[in-house]
Amino acid sequence: MGRITLEGVAKRFGDVEVIPPLNLDIEDGEFVVFVGPSGCGKSTLLRLIAGLEDVSDGRILIDGTDATDASPAKRGLAMVFQSYALYPHMSVRKNIAFPMKMAGIPADEQNRRIEAAAKALNLTNYLDRRPGQLSGGQRQRVAIGRAIVREPSAFLFDEPLSNLDAALRVGMRLEISELHNRLKTTMIYVTHDQVEAMTMADKIVVLHAGRIEQVGSPLDLYNAPKNAFVAGFIGSPRMNLFSGPAAAEYGAETIGVRPEHISVSPDSGKWKGRIGVSEHLGSDTFLYVEDTGLAETITVRSDGEVNLRHGDTVWLTPNEDKIHRFDKAGDRIA
Amino acid sequence: MATRQTASLARLMRAPAIILLLIWMLVPLGMTLYYSFLNYNLLNPANTSWAGWFNYQYFYSDPAFFESIWNTLVLVLGVLLITVCGGIGIAMLIDKPIFGQGLVRILVISPFFVMPPVAALIWKNMIMHPSYGVFADIAKFFGANPVDWFAQFPLLSIILIVAWQWLPFATLILLTSLQSLDGEQMEAAEMDGAPALSRFIYLTLPHMARAITVVILIQTIFLLGIYAEILVTTNGGPGFASTNLTYLIYRAARLNFDIGGAAAGGIIAVILANFVAIFLMRAVGKNLD
Amino acid sequence: MARAVSRNTKIGYTIAAWIVALIIFFPILYTIITSLKTEQEAIAGFDLIPSFSLSSYETVQSQNNYWRPFTNSVILAVGSTLLALIVAIPAAWAMAFSPTRRTKDILMWMLSTKMMPAVAVLVPIYLIFLRTGLMDTRIGLVMILMLMNLPIVVWMLYTYFREIPGEILEAARMDGATLKDEILYVLTPMAVPGIASTLLLNIILAWNEAFWTIQLTTTNAAPLSAFIASFSSPQGLFWAKLSAASTMAIAPILILGWFSQKQLVRGLTFGAVK
Repeated sequence: MGRITLEGVAKRFGDVEVIPPLNLDIEDGEFVVFVGPSGCGKSTLLRLIAGLEDVSDGRILIDGTDATDASPAKRGLAMVFQSYALYPHMSVRKNIAFPMKMAGIPADEQNRRIEAAAKALNLTNYLDRRPGQLSGGQRQRVAIGRAIVREPSAFLFDEPLSNLDAALRVGMRLEISELHNRLKTTMIYVTHDQVEAMTMADKIVVLHAGRIEQVGSPLDLYNAPKNAFVAGFIGSPRMNLFSGPAAAEYGAETIGVRPEHISVSPDSGKWKGRIGVSEHLGSDTFLYVEDTGLAETITVRSDGEVNLRHGDTVWLTPNEDKIHRFDKAGDRIA
Repeated sequence: MATRQTASLARLMRAPAIILLLIWMLVPLGMTLYYSFLNYNLLNPANTSWAGWFNYQYFYSDPAFFESIWNTLVLVLGVLLITVCGGIGIAMLIDKPIFGQGLVRILVISPFFVMPPVAALIWKNMIMHPSYGVFADIAKFFGANPVDWFAQFPLLSIILIVAWQWLPFATLILLTSLQSLDGEQMEAAEMDGAPALSRFIYLTLPHMARAITVVILIQTIFLLGIYAEILVTTNGGPGFASTNLTYLIYRAARLNFDIGGAAAGGIIAVILANFVAIFLMRAVGKNLD
Repeated sequence: MARAVSRNTKIGYTIAAWIVALIIFFPILYTIITSLKTEQEAIAGFDLIPSFSLSSYETVQSQNNYWRPFTNSVILAVGSTLLALIVAIPAAWAMAFSPTRRTKDILMWMLSTKMMPAVAVLVPIYLIFLRTGLMDTRIGLVMILMLMNLPIVVWMLYTYFREIPGEILEAARMDGATLKDEILYVLTPMAVPGIASTLLLNIILAWNEAFWTIQLTTTNAAPLSAFIASFSSPQGLFWAKLSAASTMAIAPILILGWFSQKQLVRGLTFGAVK
């Protein structure tokens, strides 16, 4: 079981409040992603759950039991660190065995679990190597292996993919998702990359300056961002946000349109502009349109076949159903 | 990891080192300060009395004091000049692709591990001795008269010995710094058409500036305290010709038994050392963050 | 710079570097050679080929009671270093892994105690030693040498400990390690290389210390530095014997030094140059 509940949890470093009191419920078996820009408090929140930092206020319940003052070891959670934090002086086998050794699990059971984890993670041939002799992706797998063998009630991941190159990152993303499908254990995953959040999460928690801006499924966040911050943070390329007369026309302080919800035409439409840069990706084309009078540039996602070049004049038309409206405080107008 | 238990444990673990050093710093220094205001001679301890600023005035009016300050400066600056310039040159040479680099490094670094009395004795007897030293052998080979180094050039002789001891230190640190120089930056400069001398002046030297500063400051701290080399070779003479401040204070304390005078000299040495220390601490402190 | 140079250039650099290296090493080399000569050979003029006589070594050991100062040197260097490590390891550990706002100030202050010239406290230390009976005792000198090198030891250990990523200790904590396990299985194995280098450098510094050892000993506790310094007077040894005594005094530390040259830079610059 791995149900984690935060009740009024807050963290202050001296006089600085990095996390104002917040409540959060994580259901058993859920894949929850904490996402936000750097410095938003997402890693701190994870470390509070792990017990690596003391909470300044509030309670942390794990499966209904108060774990606020329990040491990290007693919480039954496993963590995969950004730097992997492998023990450099131990072989892969010993690294994976370490938590079991600490827990006093018998040697034959240890070996059984190591073999199983190594097989699942393609590490069987590397068990006798030191971490220093492995590639980044392999180290990542060892760190995951070390977490799995503990059979924890929840996994905590602290930006685990940020030290990998782009191709490996996509691969590991899939592996972690598959792992979750197989184990069905609660996972809490911290990242600043909204693509990881969208692709992996059952539930995304968007954090900003220590506050929870929105909690919901990836599609909830995409379709109905609660405020301008979430609107701008979730989705790639970013949502176009602009204020002024164009927004007033919709009775809002700010309106937002996602690049994929704008159609482009060479001769007629709602807003006129000029192509700055066009990026051809094959499947799609991203157009960066300037001189619209709305915002510095407006990003438009068009199909791969569009034939527009730098300097061409274009007309843009938003999909009226997909316009997001926000009030002065940045909150969504329903 | 800043949990409550670890924080209080950490305080407990830091305490012994801090307390020991606090005692080591405050108690003797306080005593020195106190003694410096006393008429206190170990030959006549019954006559101890309050002296006010007398010890300082006495030091100030003693020609040997100024001679020793001058000697201290010449010694420090002379050794610095030789070791820094020599160190840069040797470091650049060793950094070049050469056969047996490891062995060359070991040979060059060796003098640093020779204890000061041995270094001084080796130079005094094997190298600079007017009848049996290697310098004398060389002079005789060329038909010249051997030089009696310690009688004729006492301070220069000591500078040479000390420079020999510290040249490895400067070389090693400058070499370490040199090896961290970005090769691509050098190649970029070469592409930009900078000749070797310009590359040295505009790239190599600025890159080594920090290491050079550290070498100068750390050596100065040690060079202000040169003692054994003088004791073993010239005993500070002839006259006071090779007496530095450290040696003068040693003489006052241990040969003249003048506790008050030696203490006053000690305070002056502290003030001198502090000038250097302030700069050193700044240079090192920057590296802490 | 990974760049190919022509063979001739490399040979040129090699010759130049070796000439410089041999000149710098020459006084040591010549001392070793002289120690293998007889006294007559030693004063017979410049000669690089000794008769490989070991008589000087024998004389130094039998007549001058070489082993006593040698034993003292070992006890003082090793003793003061171990003592310093016992005090410094917990302090450096705490400062590296549980830093407070004042940690930096404490470190700088420790460094500043190293800046105090020894001669400034010669008078009080000398008087204290006279009055407490610590004069010419090993225990007294062990304490002084320990205090002298404590700042360097704390600093070196601190810079080594700082390189152990905090996340690894946290990982151990997550893995269920108690403080004892953490120190035993994770921290110690990772810190041992750093501690070993610190130990080595500090032994070298303590072995070569030649101010307090000369001031605070006469015969009983005198280590090699004080023993050798006493030969400054002309009635001391002759050339070959002096060379033999010198060679024996520096040989152990020279060899240790060769092994620790990389750590030397870091230790002596307080981590300012690595």
